[in-house]
Amino acid sequence: MKAPDFAYARPASLDAALALLAEHGEDAVPLAGGQSLVTALNMRLSAPGLLVDLNAIPELAGVSEDEGVVRIGAMTRHRDVGTAALVRERLPLLAAALPHIAHPAIRNRGTIGGSVALADPATEWPACCLAAGATIVVRGPGAERRIAADAFFLGLYTTALEPGEIVTAIEFPVPGDGAVWGFEELSRRHGDYALVGLAATGRRSAGGLSDLRLAFFGVADRPVLARAAAAAIEAGDLTGAQAALADELDPPDDPATRAATRLHLARVVLGRVAGRMRDGTAKEETSHGA
Amino acid sequence: MAPESPDRAHAVAFTLNGEAVRAHVPARMHLGDLLRESFGLTGVHLGCEHGVCGACTILVDGRAVRACLMLGVQADGATVETVEGLTESGRIRDLQDAFHARNALQCGYCTPGMLVTAAELLEDADAAASREEIRAAIAGNYCRCTGYHAIVDAIAATAEARRDGPKNSRREAAE
Amino acid sequence: MSADLSGLTFLDRPNSYIGRSVPRPNARRLLEGRGVYVDDVAVARLGHVAFLRSPHAHARIVALDTADAKAMPGVIAVVTGPELAAVCTPWVGVLGHFKGLRSAPQHALALDRVTWVGEPFCAVVARSRAEAEDALAAIMVEFDPLPAVVDMETALESATPPIHPELGDNLAFERVLDVGDVDAAFRDAAVVVEETFQFGRHTGVCLEPRAILADWAAADGMLTVHHSFQAPHMMQDILCKHLALSEGAVRVICKDVGGSFGIKVHIYPDEMATCALALMLKRPVKFVADRLESFQSDIHARDHRVTARMAFSAEGDILALDMDDLTGIGPYSVYPRTSAVEANQVVNLTGGPYRHQHYRARARVVLQNKAPTCQYRAVGHPIATMVAEGLVDLGAARLGLDPFAVRVRNVIPDDAYPCAGVSGIKLEKLSHQAALAKLRAMMDYDGLREEQALLRQRGIHRGIGLAAFIEITNPSAAFYGVGGARISAQDGCTIRLDPQGGVVAAVSVTEQGQGTEGIIAQIVATATGVPMDQVRVISGDTQTTPYGGGTWASRGAGIGGEAAWQAGKALRGNVLAVAGAILQADPGSLDIRDGAVVDAATGTERMPLSELGRIVYFRPDTLPPGVQPEFVATRHYVPKDYPFAFTNGVQASYVEVDTETGFVRLLKHWCVEDCGTVLNPLLVDEQIRGGIVQGIGGALFEHCLYDAEGQLLNGSMADYLVPMAGEMPDIDVAHVVSATASSEIGAKGAGEAGTAGAPAAVVNAINDALAPLGARVSRQPVTPDVVLEALGLI
Repeated sequence: MKAPDFAYARPASLDAALALLAEHGEDAVPLAGGQSLVTALNMRLSAPGLLVDLNAIPELAGVSEDEGVVRIGAMTRHRDVGTAALVRERLPLLAAALPHIAHPAIRNRGTIGGSVALADPATEWPACCLAAGATIVVRGPGAERRIAADAFFLGLYTTALEPGEIVTAIEFPVPGDGAVWGFEELSRRHGDYALVGLAATGRRSAGGLSDLRLAFFGVADRPVLARAAAAAIEAGDLTGAQAALADELDPPDDPATRAATRLHLARVVLGRVAGRMRDGTAKEETSHGA
Repeated sequence: MAPESPDRAHAVAFTLNGEAVRAHVPARMHLGDLLRESFGLTGVHLGCEHGVCGACTILVDGRAVRACLMLGVQADGATVETVEGLTESGRIRDLQDAFHARNALQCGYCTPGMLVTAAELLEDADAAASREEIRAAIAGNYCRCTGYHAIVDAIAATAEARRDGPKNSRREAAE
Repeated sequence: MSADLSGLTFLDRPNSYIGRSVPRPNARRLLEGRGVYVDDVAVARLGHVAFLRSPHAHARIVALDTADAKAMPGVIAVVTGPELAAVCTPWVGVLGHFKGLRSAPQHALALDRVTWVGEPFCAVVARSRAEAEDALAAIMVEFDPLPAVVDMETALESATPPIHPELGDNLAFERVLDVGDVDAAFRDAAVVVEETFQFGRHTGVCLEPRAILADWAAADGMLTVHHSFQAPHMMQDILCKHLALSEGAVRVICKDVGGSFGIKVHIYPDEMATCALALMLKRPVKFVADRLESFQSDIHARDHRVTARMAFSAEGDILALDMDDLTGIGPYSVYPRTSAVEANQVVNLTGGPYRHQHYRARARVVLQNKAPTCQYRAVGHPIATMVAEGLVDLGAARLGLDPFAVRVRNVIPDDAYPCAGVSGIKLEKLSHQAALAKLRAMMDYDGLREEQALLRQRGIHRGIGLAAFIEITNPSAAFYGVGGARISAQDGCTIRLDPQGGVVAAVSVTEQGQGTEGIIAQIVATATGVPMDQVRVISGDTQTTPYGGGTWASRGAGIGGEAAWQAGKALRGNVLAVAGAILQADPGSLDIRDGAVVDAATGTERMPLSELGRIVYFRPDTLPPGVQPEFVATRHYVPKDYPFAFTNGVQASYVEVDTETGFVRLLKHWCVEDCGTVLNPLLVDEQIRGGIVQGIGGALFEHCLYDAEGQLLNGSMADYLVPMAGEMPDIDVAHVVSATASSEIGAKGAGEAGTAGAPAAVVNAINDALAPLGARVSRQPVTPDVVLEALGLI
């Protein structure tokens, strides 16, 4: 399990990095936190000709707020995302997701941009982006593009990134008055990839829940916005919402966990999260233990 | 920095356990292998090389990271500390003593990574270090020998002693 | 317990360390990152080996072209199976006392046929592991896939081709036991319960992967092997045999070992190949299994399907047990201990705590094209315990009796010993009743039942599970030796007193973290009267220790410890004889305490050992005439009275099952264990805790998953789930002490007890939680899938 040989560059600016990626095309791979990429290299699942290390580019990390939008630089470490005062105050959904992301050592090094670009369907940040209606900011050889989360996650490890493009930031709209959120993840052990997870945002008023965005993860080849389920919840029909999941989710069958199990767990999680959002106990509940 | 061709080693300079060091490292060599082979720091243990077992956990720029998931070349300009350095500075002496007294190690293979993870937890001002929080913090450090109970005991005992003990003298020692 | 010279027994020597929770002296360096594991050993001209491993479960090797690989940068050699066979002879994993056990010859590198995914068949030695792996990719190989046997249920059907045609079929071993009149007992029973239990194949996952460094120094005529291993002398013997070397030409060193658990006591083709390569290349060669190849090539274990029935009287007496065990091993029986032992132990141990007189068991061991299997911590015990304890709970429920009460009623009484178990096992002295009583109090069984009932009314489903078990420890030659294996059942200790008054003790049992060296130091210090910080223990080196068996089957403390005790007493006797002559006192009136010769009655110091050492070593001219000091003593020990020193224990698990998600939360775990004399409570309790968590792994998480083509699907740390701290409970441990009379120290083994009982306790607890819902699980690992299926939710 020693990585194959590759060339390595550590550009000091974003333009230099993009130039390298453009020059080498598919043979070049950007290195963000490395928690997934270096694993793949060690296992020889990936054999790029050139690694372009993004860790020395100063403007890619940091959390800031401007006109109702919290901007999180792509190279911001998971831990710094979740513990930033701005995130704790403005984006409690992200703060709630943090403890579920792997383990401290991974959180210290992995980045939100790397996670979003990888788009592993069983991970937290892509689902949070979807639930929050975030915008993924990308740069490539062409002009900067801003892509809605709804249009970004296209399939298994597949995003709207074009060749030579990298994620530079993710912008989250700051939730307004009456905003509520929910998060729950079921995994066999602390920090494991989710069997099923749900990141949710919405509004609560006297009439109940509205503007619900239910982003499931671990239940398909990408994070999924369960729109029919959301509509049913808004109409006060939890049972109908849970039934609708059968059509909206496409859980994988894997050797240890049947698709039927994931679908069932999704229903349970939906009930728990929707219940808390409706009742105002927006505190996220962890469910660990085998 | 222009890309180097394969086979060419990269020059790196960083601070390792308090010393300024240099090395030439192939890009593909991970930090764990660099520390073990070029610097003889065999206290950095490799258990999986895919970041899951936690045995290789070290401190880079003050934070716990998996040495197997960083490239050696990425240590350039960083501050790296391994269990050997933390031992020499005395920073984890109380933790090591608690582990010893409680037999919170058997084969010792997970121990360096476990100590680094525990050290970070104990130095995190926000952490209350309840048994549950301790278990969550070390949930990424695999131990096959102890069953974890003794490790939780040792970390909890150390946390309590630091809370109740003479904090001033420890701060002075660190300065 | 016999008295020593001063009329004192093992337990009441002055300044005794026995029974004290002394921290291990050799743990300090491990805490500081100064352990020396095989991969830490620095050697010049080292070649690193990487193996090309079969991607097929079963295939013929049609063509193999290594020319391109040989030309790759850094490559020293590329060696095929036939080339290596000239240096290393094959082996067959059978022993005479397993009548009918069959296997086929196995080579270090497969010759022309590969029989499991991961089997090594070509080796690249290069200046670095990375370069060796680069060269692997340049080897051209052509396979002709063959039908693979991957389902143990159909392995014996006539339509299934035999993996080894010369064997005729895939039955490696069959054992049948029939005691009493089982059919009559079932016919007359008030209640008969039956269950089919499935146990998922799993593996050890030692955190330090298997590692070996072989260094052939031709000028010395010496092969030095640094090995992450449990039994250096066994490895030495086998290397001699298969590499045609004499005993004196092979030295095996086992220093720090990062976990073993039985995984590292077997012969692996890649490790033998590494040693052969060192001979061929006349330079040091190192192999460290990476984690992916570990999952594929470490021995697996516990792949069983057991169908069993238990017969009860109306009052709740267990009348009979009838069991059929099918287990699927690999394509070869592993050498030299054989892959028949696990099934054999399931037959010997199921129902072991109980006093029924009628027992029938059949075990069949079948070959498959999957990773080979062999002894792994608590060999067979977790299966045996689950089967009996699961049936006991079923019977209790059917009879409307409390499961605790049924066990109390049926265990062999504490005053019945010595006696034999129904399977024929000889039991010296067990304490099931005392252990059960202690457990009940410790866990507050009644309190937990009340709590369970209250919470049930609120829809919270908690369960209490019990597991009574026996454990095999301290084996005599009956285990392996009688079958022709050159595996030593005896061990020795040599202790030397040095001039400054310290002692050095070399012992043939080995250390992998359980505390062997600490225990030996405690015993030696107690026996000799030397303070523990003046005792240094040497282990794990065939050149510098006495000859012995190493550490496995929970034998280190009981056997190695007794040898150390006897050697220590002998040394003390030698020292006091000389001291008496010098002091003109009767040696019987003297003692050694705290590093000095003292007057035994008053404790008054007569002479420090350092002074005695000065005289003996540097001024022998001043000794009285006729005095020849021998400040070195060696004693060996082997258990003779009983084939095994059986121990007993009982465990309890308290769980909460989320009946919506199928998730199981482990709230608490208890174990009362009787391992005889407890030499160091701290170390014993930690062994038990670690063993319990290892057992929980098999019960809830761990499973080597294969597909229909014999591919291992989850062979990485991300996909194969080992127990981590976040899900494990706190574990309370207590003891009952029934010392064995087979030795003076009276210690039995304790290393595997935790693993033996934990799965049954946890699964029984889950079923106790699910019982009101009419659901039951009988398949391990108990994953959310399994619980949800039982509940009818998926």
